[in-house]
Amino acid sequence: MSNEMDALQGAANHGVKDPRTGLPATPPSGPDVKGEASGRNRTLMGDAWYRLSRNKLALVALAWLMIITLAAISASLWVPRIYGDPVAIDTATVATGALQSPSVAHPMGTDDLGRDMLSRIVYGARASLSVGFMAVFVSVVIGLILGSLSGFYTGWPDALIMRIADVFLAFPYLLFALLLLSVVPKEYRGGIMPVVLTIGVLGWPSIARVFRSSILSVKENDYVDAARALGASDLRLMTRHIMPNAVAPIVVYSTMSIGSAILTEAALSYLGLGILPPTPSWGRMISDGQQYLTSNPGLVLWPGLAILTTVLAFTLLGDGVRDALDVKMKD
Amino acid sequence: MFQYIFRRLVQFVPVFFGVTLLLFFVTTILPGDPVALRAGEKKLPPAVYQAMRHQYGLDKPWYQQYADYLGALAKGDLGTSIASGRQVTDIFKDVYPYTVKLAGGAIALEIIFGIAVGIVAAVKRYSIWDTLATLTTSILVALPVFWLGIMLQYFFGIWLKNATGGAFYLPISGVSGVFPTWVYLILPSITLASVSTAYAARVMRSQLLEVSGQDYVRTAHAKGLSVSRVLWSHEMKNALIPVVTFIGLDLGAMLSGAILTESVFNIPGLGWTIYHSIRAYDYPVLFGCVTLMLFAVLFINLIVDVSYAFLDPRIRYGSAAGE
Repeated sequence: MSNEMDALQGAANHGVKDPRTGLPATPPSGPDVKGEASGRNRTLMGDAWYRLSRNKLALVALAWLMIITLAAISASLWVPRIYGDPVAIDTATVATGALQSPSVAHPMGTDDLGRDMLSRIVYGARASLSVGFMAVFVSVVIGLILGSLSGFYTGWPDALIMRIADVFLAFPYLLFALLLLSVVPKEYRGGIMPVVLTIGVLGWPSIARVFRSSILSVKENDYVDAARALGASDLRLMTRHIMPNAVAPIVVYSTMSIGSAILTEAALSYLGLGILPPTPSWGRMISDGQQYLTSNPGLVLWPGLAILTTVLAFTLLGDGVRDALDVKMKD
Repeated sequence: MFQYIFRRLVQFVPVFFGVTLLLFFVTTILPGDPVALRAGEKKLPPAVYQAMRHQYGLDKPWYQQYADYLGALAKGDLGTSIASGRQVTDIFKDVYPYTVKLAGGAIALEIIFGIAVGIVAAVKRYSIWDTLATLTTSILVALPVFWLGIMLQYFFGIWLKNATGGAFYLPISGVSGVFPTWVYLILPSITLASVSTAYAARVMRSQLLEVSGQDYVRTAHAKGLSVSRVLWSHEMKNALIPVVTFIGLDLGAMLSGAILTESVFNIPGLGWTIYHSIRAYDYPVLFGCVTLMLFAVLFINLIVDVSYAFLDPRIRYGSAAGE
């Protein structure tokens, strides 16, 4: 039990006073902690990192995510020069034959407009990853605010917020997303932001629920009563004593949510209401490649594998973080 | 039991109003004008524009529109399609059988493979089979459903056809043709079932593992019952309950229409119809189909809840005592 508490606390102890002692908590020492050497006297974050670093599957996932993130960020520096522009139609290639099979110059072949598939996959990672991170950020912000109100003030705010969450969850998810995107004014269509906001807004109920139940259990601790008895205000109780100990499940949940946000983005783009050309996105590439399935299945295969490996990596990393922080979650 | 059913029905009321109000909120209050969008690039003459808005009741305030919708719904009238002029109830009657058949096929696969894989993984815990099951379910959950569908189309429809010289392959699109009708359901059912089967297997496995640690199971073993007898008549009884609930909820979700699967395989079911009504701003069809879908899902969930109460007497008596 105490181990679990430590881990919970370690998740978000940045500059927060230790709720039990009132002393400033040891700052998290980050990934370079020499966990083994310093014996049992490790920081809480260090403990979690140590456990994560022994999980090979999670490390492979983390490495893969770092590779594609770096590739996506640095894409404009090297990809167009080596493999060709991901957006502009390559007239030279189209003239000699688009839909090329994989070769040294084009490791994943070219699409129907002569554009290099590898280049498009790397640029597609930009769209997918930014939607994944930003959408989950939006969900977490809304979910944390509403979830903390709901968990802290039981009674009518709780009932109201949870009923609204029920309605959101009762609505078929994809249908709701398509509907929201269909009313986006023309001038904003096809970009990343409408998709981010849609997925972000639809994701808050689950985050709010997870956070609410986490707060409900943390609230029962004696140190919260102690702080209250010492005259701490609601805001102080919430931000200083409850929140830091209740966010670990959110860390785990949002890591996994990034993967599902990427899946949703791909589905929306596949259906033609998410990210639209010219911005390359994996989902749209699959729907564009579908008609060339017989002659060039790679146009569908590669973007699909990109989605699969990225989403799988976020799931495995989320599993690893869950074990490292020792959070008990329902599947 | 009737009290139990009644209570579930009462709980549906706020969800129904919540979902339909949300639908109205999105379509009428958010920016985005169905009439202007339908007209496309060309600007409509103001008179025509106003006439069209009037025709669909869009010139009324949203609460008036909502009241009109509820009033018509009470009379069993779901309006007519803007695009085709057909009655929404007729459209629903045409398309819903496809969705029901597809959901039936997918649920059958989910029950068979989800439960079987879950049992094997739990009984042979930490064996190669368990690892394999964990790996497969993780991949299935991370797969984009539509991509799995297209890959199945490629493998069974194109690659296999070429490899066998056209002797053996599966149809990859549509609902009828040279094959018996059920053959057209094979690939879509696999596609639709993929994710839920993976989750069902996980739930089955974790439930069996949880149950196997309980006292009554140890007692059964101590009495000298065979391992298989303990599994089938003692462990499964309790472990199946959450699995049944899970699969039941899945059935509800599948009956709401499978937008992605139906799109990939060109099946004109409910998901396909709803998707196209969104794309065409055919709001009467959208509202009507979502309303009927809500009732269908309510009905399924009710059946699941009742069967759950039958499977587990604790719930039945618990609810009676709670009154």
